[in-house]
Amino acid sequence: MAVNVKNLTDTEYFFGHKACGGCGGSLAVRLGMKVFGPRTFMAMPASCMSTVGFIFPHMPVFTNAMITPFPAAAAVMSGMEAGAKALGIQDYHVLGFAGDGGTADIGLQALSGAIDRGDRITYICYDNEAYMNTGVQKSGLTPYGTKTTTSPAGANLPGSIRPKKNLFEIVAAHDIPYAATASVGYPQDYLNKLEKAKNTQGTSFIHVLAPCPTGWGSEPELSVELGREAVDTGLWVLAEYEGGEYNLNRNPKGFLSIRTYLGKQGRFKHLTEENVAVLEKHRDYRWEKIRSRWRLPGGKQE
Amino acid sequence: MSGSRQFVSGDEAVALAVRLIKPHVIAAYPITPQTIVVERLSDFVEDGSLRSEYMHVESEHSALAACMGASAVGARTFTATSSQGLLYMVECLHYASGSRFPIVMMNANRSLAAPWSIFGDQRDSLSQLDCGWLQVYAEDAQESLDLMLQAYRIAEDASVLTPVMVNLDGFVLTHTYEVVEVPEATDVNRYLPPYKPTVKMDFEKPISMSISAGPLWHTEFRLQQQQAALHAREVIHAAEAEFEAVFGRHYNGLVEEYRCEDAEVVLATLGSVAGTVRLVVDELREGGTKVGLLKLRWLRPFPVEEVASIGERVKALGVLEKNISFGYEGSVYSEVNSAIVRNRNVPATINFVAGLAGRDITREDLIGMFNILQEAARGEKTDRVIFSQTRWG
Repeated sequence: MAVNVKNLTDTEYFFGHKACGGCGGSLAVRLGMKVFGPRTFMAMPASCMSTVGFIFPHMPVFTNAMITPFPAAAAVMSGMEAGAKALGIQDYHVLGFAGDGGTADIGLQALSGAIDRGDRITYICYDNEAYMNTGVQKSGLTPYGTKTTTSPAGANLPGSIRPKKNLFEIVAAHDIPYAATASVGYPQDYLNKLEKAKNTQGTSFIHVLAPCPTGWGSEPELSVELGREAVDTGLWVLAEYEGGEYNLNRNPKGFLSIRTYLGKQGRFKHLTEENVAVLEKHRDYRWEKIRSRWRLPGGKQE
Repeated sequence: MSGSRQFVSGDEAVALAVRLIKPHVIAAYPITPQTIVVERLSDFVEDGSLRSEYMHVESEHSALAACMGASAVGARTFTATSSQGLLYMVECLHYASGSRFPIVMMNANRSLAAPWSIFGDQRDSLSQLDCGWLQVYAEDAQESLDLMLQAYRIAEDASVLTPVMVNLDGFVLTHTYEVVEVPEATDVNRYLPPYKPTVKMDFEKPISMSISAGPLWHTEFRLQQQQAALHAREVIHAAEAEFEAVFGRHYNGLVEEYRCEDAEVVLATLGSVAGTVRLVVDELREGGTKVGLLKLRWLRPFPVEEVASIGERVKALGVLEKNISFGYEGSVYSEVNSAIVRNRNVPATINFVAGLAGRDITREDLIGMFNILQEAARGEKTDRVIFSQTRWG
């Protein structure tokens, strides 16, 4: 039976940690660990989640777990997999959670190597769209127009001047057995993808959007709502790559106004009409490509 | 005891040792002059004579990270590197030792860029004395093979749980062929039984490893590391005694004194050049000069007592190393001086920097060094750091 909110285990594997109120990343980890269960070897590189999750002597991770060097989450996971295989350990999973910087920037090489080797690991990138752990610096997955501490918004610059790196398609280009995007704002969709990743023979990857009240300048109680609106505005896409094909999971007829989403976040407060138009242009360009090349839900696009 | 005698290079001796050691996981990235080790191991895995998971990793950083992951779940691991590769994995060196993963690594000592060079010196590993690994330097191919077997015993000892770096001079040792006694598998199994980790990831008792610890606990973790690394001295002696009982070859602990009993002048050095120094010592002894060799084998733990003892007995002590810490002196020289500074007798000490990027250290070079040491022993003033082989005299 597919995992859903009703049958999801009540057992918690990640609690008592020191994450901020409304942390999307900790929600992504919590749900992920519930799906993967107790027979999991878990790895986390330097990131918010490893920072709040392993402070001796308070150990809030309730499966086997370790912190990895920042660039090496995928390599450590590969090593766990190779070790478990060589030791003949049965019925286990290797799971990792890394941030956007830890995945798309400093960890990309190791991730590419692990996918290339075909190691049976599930790598989850929880994307809060900046280096939040170190105080909100720009990463390769920070969107255009985002004010961070290293991409300040001022008279000359609108904050970050580059769009998000296309991590999902970079990963898929390895012809990975399973890759998906998800959002903590659509938990059932995320749970389905976790389940699929768990059952994948070979490398699997999920890129889950994880709103961050501290870094986004949003109210903690809005994190799930923002995760949903990112999808509804078309700024974030729910999709899968499987069997060599891209599958779009949600294909909205119309998009929610970007302004609704941006307006709830301090990091976008400075944006002008022109800046918002750039974001819309990026979005529309991406959706045009997606709708012309990917499989759409329920057959062809409306 | 029997084994077989094979004509192999230092790299091949290491590979043969690793086949006998049977690590569960080998993760390595190729770099000259380490490559022959990983090529031979790949052959062994292909032909079925070694049943390890061989991981083709995409960097040295990932090689050591993969060993950490494998070690965490309870696997015995091996990696090998050199030079820039060692530096590329530096972050992981500290992670591995701090996490107490008993990984064993072979390092082919090679110079560091720039100027770029593939040839041997010791600036790579000596720049990493502070990374928490035990470090040992081999003189020849036989010692390389034997040290590999001992390294696993020492690293995996429950009272040590510290990774070990086995260093071979690039080319001079890694690529030079010698007759090596390769032990029987049954003897190796007796000496080094299958790995039984003291701490590992366990589904019955899940643990967090490689954790974070701030001001309230960090010092205590560091103290434990220091205690384990110091305690390794005793474990090394025990591992050598047991080694001799099983294989019949004797080793001398952290250092080897060669003709030092009544020596007035001793040259301390490490690695393959010790073999040349031995011959020069013999030659000078024949001429009636009281000289000796102090071969530094283990640099971590540092042989502080052994070096202090030599310091008490001699008039001049030289340190020959293929290394320099710019703006000061060779790091081995600093370490040797530090070990004798509490002595009643502190001899004259001189640092000889030679053999950089594979430049040969000749008999003549060594005789020159002993001559300078004898001048110092007579009370003559010398430079403290001497680049002994420069074109500019």
